[in-house]
Amino acid sequence: MRSRAVPLAALLSNPPVGRWSAWRRTAPQAALYVALIAVAIVMLFPFVWMVSTSLTSDAQLFVTPPQLIPSPFVPGNYARVADDFPLGAFLRNSLIVAAISTTLQVATSAMAAYAFARLQFRGRDALFLVYLATLMVPLQVIVVPLFIEMRFLNFVNSYPGLILPSIASAFGTFLLRQAFLTLPRELEEAAFIDGASHWTVFRRIVLPLSGPAIATFGIFAFMASWNSFLWPLIVTSSQDLMTLPVGLSNLHGRYATAWNLVMAGSTISVIPIVLVYLVAQRHVVRGVALSGLKG
Amino acid sequence: MVGQRGWRRWAVVVLFLGPSLVPLLLFTLGPMAASIGLSFLKWDLLRPPNLVGFANFTNVLVDPDFQAAVGHTLFFIVGYLPLVYVGGLLLALALNQRVRGLSFFRAAYFLPVVTSWVVVALMWKWLLNPDSGMVNFALGLVGIKGPGWWTDPGWAMPSIILASAWKDLGFVMVILLAGLQSIPEDYYEAASVDGAGRWARFRRITLPLLTPSSFFVLVISLINSFQVFDQVWVMTGGGPAGSSSVVVEQIVRHAFSYQQMGYASAMSWLLFAVILVVTVFQFRLQRRWVNYA
Repeated sequence: MRSRAVPLAALLSNPPVGRWSAWRRTAPQAALYVALIAVAIVMLFPFVWMVSTSLTSDAQLFVTPPQLIPSPFVPGNYARVADDFPLGAFLRNSLIVAAISTTLQVATSAMAAYAFARLQFRGRDALFLVYLATLMVPLQVIVVPLFIEMRFLNFVNSYPGLILPSIASAFGTFLLRQAFLTLPRELEEAAFIDGASHWTVFRRIVLPLSGPAIATFGIFAFMASWNSFLWPLIVTSSQDLMTLPVGLSNLHGRYATAWNLVMAGSTISVIPIVLVYLVAQRHVVRGVALSGLKG
Repeated sequence: MVGQRGWRRWAVVVLFLGPSLVPLLLFTLGPMAASIGLSFLKWDLLRPPNLVGFANFTNVLVDPDFQAAVGHTLFFIVGYLPLVYVGGLLLALALNQRVRGLSFFRAAYFLPVVTSWVVVALMWKWLLNPDSGMVNFALGLVGIKGPGWWTDPGWAMPSIILASAWKDLGFVMVILLAGLQSIPEDYYEAASVDGAGRWARFRRITLPLLTPSSFFVLVISLINSFQVFDQVWVMTGGGPAGSSSVVVEQIVRHAFSYQQMGYASAMSWLLFAVILVVTVFQFRLQRRWVNYA
């Protein structure tokens, strides 16, 4: 199954002329790299094309052959989108909603995880099962009553309406409980003997020792919020409260064929998440893989 | 004394658990219970609700639009699942070969996973533009006349499947790659010593020992497929001529365009029931094919 990696450079500098056995060994390797690079192009090209289109003039948009490097270069598309749509507001709303809901989800999940991992109380395991069960409930099942509830509370088209449904997370509780359970108890026991309260132990010992798990969940929660579409679509109606995905979908509704403007808006909304991903790739991959709750 | 200590202990539990339990009750469990009640009502949010018994359920089941949406959702699942699983498996197998630049390839393949659905849908809608899209241009170069993609009722769902598989390949790959890496090297060495060829090792070692990861990926992907919505909403809005309408899109339409709260809730519950049954069925079936070493 596994074979020795052959550097590409070695392949290229050793043409297999007259060396059949060497060729037989290196050909599959070369084919493997060709395939990997081809797939990488398929995965990355749509992003390149998005940025390229966002800089294309209206006149050049539908020419054949399509131009990979736009000429003329039209960065003004971004200004045009920003003139027609409150992109700044979309960005601000996405940031506010993602920041607040991530902070609260991390805080509430960590506290609940501490209760499930360290406190003894009646009904604890049954309650934990209830938490796990809520993981099974798709948003689609509760979206109608949730909307009616928000309407009743007068939170439709408001920040509380956007944020409240995601201030607690059963997934986060589950993930952090697993992390807390792996911590050695000796430090905590020593702290309790010194008279520390549960709150002190939680803040000064358990949290600092669980940095990676908290980072994984925090980044996951941020990305889930940043990319979420269905709930913001339903709960917002005025542009100044829309998050980026909803604003983008609106923008597309307006500019049905102005793909340069649509791609400019898309590029702006992708930049922050790509930055987060590049900086914290390991946590991102782990968080998404652990949850199975994609984008 | 004991009473006071007991009281204090419960106060600690409430302090730690309350901030997460209260929102879960108010915004997840409560609405879930409420949606059962809602599904027995006829309610447009303007006039007072009427109790209609099981009428919503019986009407949903014979609603041709709903039946079509179920059909399209199943079509999506049948097209998307094999594509994303086989594609993800091939990528995972390739990256498990100690390749150079592993972290670059993995990062590139995973990038679509972190991108929002709306952006992916817009990107692909543009790439699959029938007249001036990049995909049809590339097909033209090799002499193929590309189809109308999302503008053609016969191609709308395949377009959505294509974009979805592209976005989720990296997710499947990451999970299967982790599964591959947890297979002990000794098994392969022992098999080689016994004269097993590449294919035999793949069939007899890799595939069986990968079944737990495969099971996880298939369960998650199937659950998510039943709920397909964002990409449909942005790419086609269910069109053209309803050719790509799906269940969740019908729920959103009935609730928020036609103000039929009870009817939409009944659909939600049917969807949830199907997801639940299929998931339980998969867990039952796993004894037949999943090997937990």
